[in-house]
Amino acid sequence: MQNLNSLIAAYAAAWLIFFGYHYTVARRLSQLREEVEKLKQSIGKRSR
Amino acid sequence: MTGKYEGGAFMQAVRSFALSAIVFSAAYAALAIAPTELKQGDIQRIFYFHVPSGMNALLAFTVACGASIYFLIKRNVKADWLAASCMEVGVAFGSVVLITGPIWGKPVWGVYWKWDARLTSTFVLLVLGLCYLLLRGLIEDPERRSVVSAVFCIFAFLDAPLVYFSNRIFRTLHPKPVILGDSDSGLAPPIARVFLYCFIVLAILMIALIWERYRLEELRHEVAELRAESDSA
Repeated sequence: MQNLNSLIAAYAAAWLIFFGYHYTVARRLSQLREEVEKLKQSIGKRSR
Repeated sequence: MTGKYEGGAFMQAVRSFALSAIVFSAAYAALAIAPTELKQGDIQRIFYFHVPSGMNALLAFTVACGASIYFLIKRNVKADWLAASCMEVGVAFGSVVLITGPIWGKPVWGVYWKWDARLTSTFVLLVLGLCYLLLRGLIEDPERRSVVSAVFCIFAFLDAPLVYFSNRIFRTLHPKPVILGDSDSGLAPPIARVFLYCFIVLAILMIALIWERYRLEELRHEVAELRAESDSA
């Protein structure tokens, strides 16, 4: 294959951006889900 | 987990695996199934991720603009969440275009970058997208943030038609469009098939990312409401 390094660099960059972004969104989602649970529990305890 | 986010972590893992599998299959099709282009050789295989990423980025910005207009008319907060999600995903896809383009350009054109109409308008669109995201982070009041963001999104979108028409109207280093271009444009059937597959895969990836990003906005809203309830209790 000609220009193999450039081809690998381009595909690696694309994958890194797509999955790096997917990972950050998934992490933020997981943190927010935990926060929602904690807040619901805290409100539940107070109302008892 | 309870309520509408039940099973979130497991489903998240399943979605991530499925997305990885289809993107891997598209990369395999581009690198191993597509024929080698006669003039450019193997470097032309960047085309299968570069062009669909650009088309999907423009689609995401178009939906963001439509959602922003809808928000300004109806004041529906969900339209604002959709606009923010589309802009962020559009910026991610636009970044792929602006990184893979110069890597492809160097062996073919002899330079990484030239400030021609196509490259400049694409760069400006990405910068405007980043400014939009920065702006959202700077304004604390939710209502004000939504209105200012919607107006800025419509302003940023004014550059999108320029990106689309730039290499149709102006003489640019960037080649003329091979898809939806002049009568002499077009792709050979084996290349067109792989291209179509890669476009569909990246469109699925874009929709999945927008959907996840939208859920993030929903959860943020829920957290804000629960905090307010917790403070008042």
